Amino acid sequence: MFTAIFSSVEAGFIYAIMALGVYLSFRILDFPDLTVDGSFVTGAAVASVLIINGTNPFIASAVALLAGFIAGCVTGLLHTKGKINPLLSGILMMIALYSINLRIMGRSNVPLLQQETVVTVLTEAWQKAGIDEAINRVISLQSFVPRTWAVLFCMALTVFIIKLLLDQLLKTEIGLALRATGDNKQMISSFSANTDLLTIFGLGLSNALVAFSGALVAQYGGFSDVGMGIGMIIIGLASVIIGEALFGARSVARATLAVIGGAIVYRIILALALRVQFLETSDVKLITALIVMLSLIVPNVLSSQKEKRRKKRRAQERERGEHVAGAQTDYKSV
Amino acid sequence: MLELRQITKVFNEGTVDEKVALKSINLTLAPGDFVTIIGSNGAGKSTMMNVISGKLLPDTGSVWINGQEVTQLSEHKRARYIGRVFQDPLAGTAPNMTIEENLALAYNRTKRRTLKFGVTKQRREFFREALKTLQLGLENRLTAKVGLLSGGERQALSLLMATFTKPDLLLLDEHTAALDPARAELITQLTKDMVEKLQLTTLMVTHNMEQALRLGNRLIMMDQGQIIFEASGKEKQSLTVEKLLQEFQRIRSSHFASDRAMLV
Ligand SMILES: Nc1ncnc2c1ncn2[C@@H]1O[C@H](COP(=O)(O)OP(=O)(O)OP(=O)(O)O)[C@@H](O)[C@H]1O
Ligand SMILES: [Mg+2]
Repeated sequence: MFTAIFSSVEAGFIYAIMALGVYLSFRILDFPDLTVDGSFVTGAAVASVLIINGTNPFIASAVALLAGFIAGCVTGLLHTKGKINPLLSGILMMIALYSINLRIMGRSNVPLLQQETVVTVLTEAWQKAGIDEAINRVISLQSFVPRTWAVLFCMALTVFIIKLLLDQLLKTEIGLALRATGDNKQMISSFSANTDLLTIFGLGLSNALVAFSGALVAQYGGFSDVGMGIGMIIIGLASVIIGEALFGARSVARATLAVIGGAIVYRIILALALRVQFLETSDVKLITALIVMLSLIVPNVLSSQKEKRRKKRRAQERERGEHVAGAQTDYKSV
Repeated sequence: MLELRQITKVFNEGTVDEKVALKSINLTLAPGDFVTIIGSNGAGKSTMMNVISGKLLPDTGSVWINGQEVTQLSEHKRARYIGRVFQDPLAGTAPNMTIEENLALAYNRTKRRTLKFGVTKQRREFFREALKTLQLGLENRLTAKVGLLSGGERQALSLLMATFTKPDLLLLDEHTAALDPARAELITQLTKDMVEKLQLTTLMVTHNMEQALRLGNRLIMMDQGQIIFEASGKEKQSLTVEKLLQEFQRIRSSHFASDRAMLV
């Protein structure tokens, strides 16, 4: 149980990078970008292939990030210069990337066992420094001792650095223009911003994060697979929606924090659901879809119920008020 | 300052819906001119504004700003010279961003955007001072989302955002039309003050004849894609709403007469 939750949180942090990318396209740019399903795998594929060919895993991950950026820019070009509708541009790119990813990997699955990855490098360095023992001594959980704290800490750190950078970027002059592009395109182009360029840049950035996340997931899981991106956009959306519902989205900094939280909560819900007897690992996508449906429907139902209760109370109060008024008139007439 | 030469614009050319929106329009504005534009629905006023701002490209003719030809320049590049306020109060601001962020967006109209922070301490002070001129108390709500403001407040903010960077040309397309009379009057007054203070060259479309007569030093009347009447200086000052209406009827009927003459 604890082990399952622990690894959910680990994975949650890694997937949170992807969710931040989805937040950027869906919420900031108001662009439902389906490239994600493809670019996630592109990141994984590029990193894996570079790693098995002996590239330093950190450099390999950085190259993956760049590959995602390019993929996102192409989607942006399709939409702005090719005048293709946003959904279709993303789907076209997603389909195209499927073949490109196979080309990059040369086959449908690339295992990374026995390879030096970001995860192994960090874990080793961490163990050499003896930090794990120190932590375990301090916390001393009897029932549960995790394999290593390295992944959790390093990934959490990476996510928070990315979050802070993103928050800062969205406060710069370019960042404000990016947000305005998603908020009111007509207005921001009347203030001399090139919305085409901003859209392309924003989608590039979004998919760069997605691909980076894909590269880390591949190294964490020990393989990359051409099908690992299926439904990724839904997982990203789930994280964004759950996060916003649970933690609020008043400001950008709050929203990005919420998205990270949402990514972790999603992983935990998924892990718990998979412990239910009759559900199997192959049901993951179905569970994901259900989680998203619920996270979309429940907040609506809750708020409409609240509204109903409020109206009912109002009506009752008014009735009671009339009663009192009626009683008073009775009294007077007596 | 602004020159339109022989501008023609036809929508849906070659179809049954063909519509000549502008017919060889010529217009020259001197620096500091404040021109009010009146004309019936569909006269081509908005189309002319859009051709100037670059939202629409003319079929023939050329647009010149500050002696430079800008006919082919894209809308966002041309925005360096032009401040605009739209009819719809929702159109001129970003609702999910704060007042100060909106002002920062507008502040960058004439500059290259960089990775420096959009809202700095110094700029915030500048924004606060600018907002005070509106006298709506917005200077105390810098971090409020613009979507929370009323239509009138938003339009006042839009006006400030369009003007405080001193554009070479200010375009106002019925920017008071969506407001209640009191708010409309407020925005009209603000417009007058700002244009006078900053000596802005301005084109303002309005359906309110009284407003068109009260503001500005020139007035033009458009009908069916053409400028059919123009008055400036003393002549404009001596105009009244009745005279304008008479003028309009006279020109219209003479048009009809010539049309009929051609048909016969
Ligand atoms: N995008 C377009 N496509 C087709 N026809 C258009 C388009 N824009 C404007 N028109 C037509 O061109 C003519 C001039 O329109 P325009 O919007 O310039 O009028 P206007 O003078 O601004 O009118 P109003 O006072 O109603 O705002 C109208 O007949 C209109 O139907
Ligand atoms: Mg109009």
